[in-house]
Amino acid sequence: MIRFAILAASLLPLSLAAQDTKKEIERYQQMIGEGSPAELWEMEGEALWKKPQGPKNVSLEKCDLGLGAGKVAGAYAQLPRWFKDTDKVQDLESRLLTCMTALQGRSLKDATARLFGSTDRPSEMEYLVAYVVGQSRGHKMAVPVRHPKEKISYELGKKIFFYRAGNWDFSCASCHGEADKRIRMQDLPVLSAPAGAQKAYTSWPAYRVSTSQLKTMQWRLNDCYRQMRFPEPDFASEVTIALTHYIAVTANGAPYRGPGTKR
Amino acid sequence: MAAGPMKMRATLAGSYTDVRVLMTHPMETGQRKDAEGKLVPLHFIQNLTVKVNGRTVIEGQTSQAVSRNPVFSFRLRGGAKGDKIEVSWLDNQGETNSTETAVA
Amino acid sequence: MNPLRRALLGVAAALLLKPFAALAAWHKEAFGAKSAPDALKSLGVANAAPSQDVVIEAPQIAENGAVVPVEITSNVKGTTSILVLIDKNPFPLVGKFDFAEGALPFIKVNLKMGETSDVRVLAEAGGKHYFATREIKVTIGGCGG
Repeated sequence: MIRFAILAASLLPLSLAAQDTKKEIERYQQMIGEGSPAELWEMEGEALWKKPQGPKNVSLEKCDLGLGAGKVAGAYAQLPRWFKDTDKVQDLESRLLTCMTALQGRSLKDATARLFGSTDRPSEMEYLVAYVVGQSRGHKMAVPVRHPKEKISYELGKKIFFYRAGNWDFSCASCHGEADKRIRMQDLPVLSAPAGAQKAYTSWPAYRVSTSQLKTMQWRLNDCYRQMRFPEPDFASEVTIALTHYIAVTANGAPYRGPGTKR
Repeated sequence: MAAGPMKMRATLAGSYTDVRVLMTHPMETGQRKDAEGKLVPLHFIQNLTVKVNGRTVIEGQTSQAVSRNPVFSFRLRGGAKGDKIEVSWLDNQGETNSTETAVA
Repeated sequence: MNPLRRALLGVAAALLLKPFAALAAWHKEAFGAKSAPDALKSLGVANAAPSQDVVIEAPQIAENGAVVPVEITSNVKGTTSILVLIDKNPFPLVGKFDFAEGALPFIKVNLKMGETSDVRVLAEAGGKHYFATREIKVTIGGCGG
């Protein structure tokens, strides 16, 4: 009995230390979020949104993000969704490509010239995404699963989430399907349940201090696939949209928090 | 090269005014290599000035160890709605930028 | 135009365009010092006393050393200046802030830290210096975020 008590007592500081670590990391995350360079991406994005570009020399101000032409406020909280003009379920990035090509007359090659930015080569897509998602700050997540294609997309996303493949036989669920997992110092949210999905999805896209760049959901999925040693998915592919749809729907009900700030 | 966007907000917070300013600046340490493997030269904000209604109240000198795209917070004594706050910076390559806002 | 006049006009134009540049000072020697004691010596700081009135608010752990948020308040009466150093950085002195009547001796700034280190803050008041230190651990993160 005494031996057990000693053992329990010796384990206590370990668990307390783990709790302290978690608290300090949360403090770090909170402090870097107070006044974030993400706001600068939003400003640049707004300027690009209003800038006439392409052969048709028009801005993106008439782009329909699901709530009608030109309506940006709250649109991100209802994406991905089915669009009549393309008869597809689309996420924000693919919808921006639709508007850049259809409205502005730009070629797909031009519109996808730089999708993932770096310090020396910024990405127009990342600025535009920052602006649009910022306009959904505070709006409740209400991603639809009404249209038959939305139902197919949601189910496909769910299936892919749990589908093991690639060199390491990983699925999203390998890291994000079970509670209390972490990689080094980062806690892994369970994305297949509302609590985890809400916490994670409402803080992406995010300004990552490690790269000083604003990264989008498409980038986040691309990087997850890289980390799982999968082949690289096409930008805004059906699979990436379906996965986004699944996670976004799982996050429904929570207020979207606007571009986040992360390590 | 035109300096990137700058954003500031100044709000009354009881006995002081809270000022938060975001700046676009690479704050290069001179140690980073670009995509082609070339060292990117030292390029960072050295001087900061905070003015209230035209009068300088804070002068800062900073090094390249301030983070890229710096975010500074200052507190001004008292303050009233409509006070004009101006923050400007000067970097080691002679570039400058500034922004102005009224206390809300 | 006479070359001297052209040169003078050039200087005048430069001053008009960048008046800030002509007047701003930057303590090259202190910022170039490779140790905290050397940087402080270069600034003429001697005999700094530890003080609870120099308050450093910062997380104990930084998920990434590129951005470490540090909030400093000096409750020492009559503080006119705050110095910020990161002991283990290659060039420890990272900031010097001078406050006139209209500003509180307060600063929040994001700093780059190369490794786990003490952050050292000095407040100057009435010709004397007071200091506090705070250790911040810098970690290498996991995959995602």
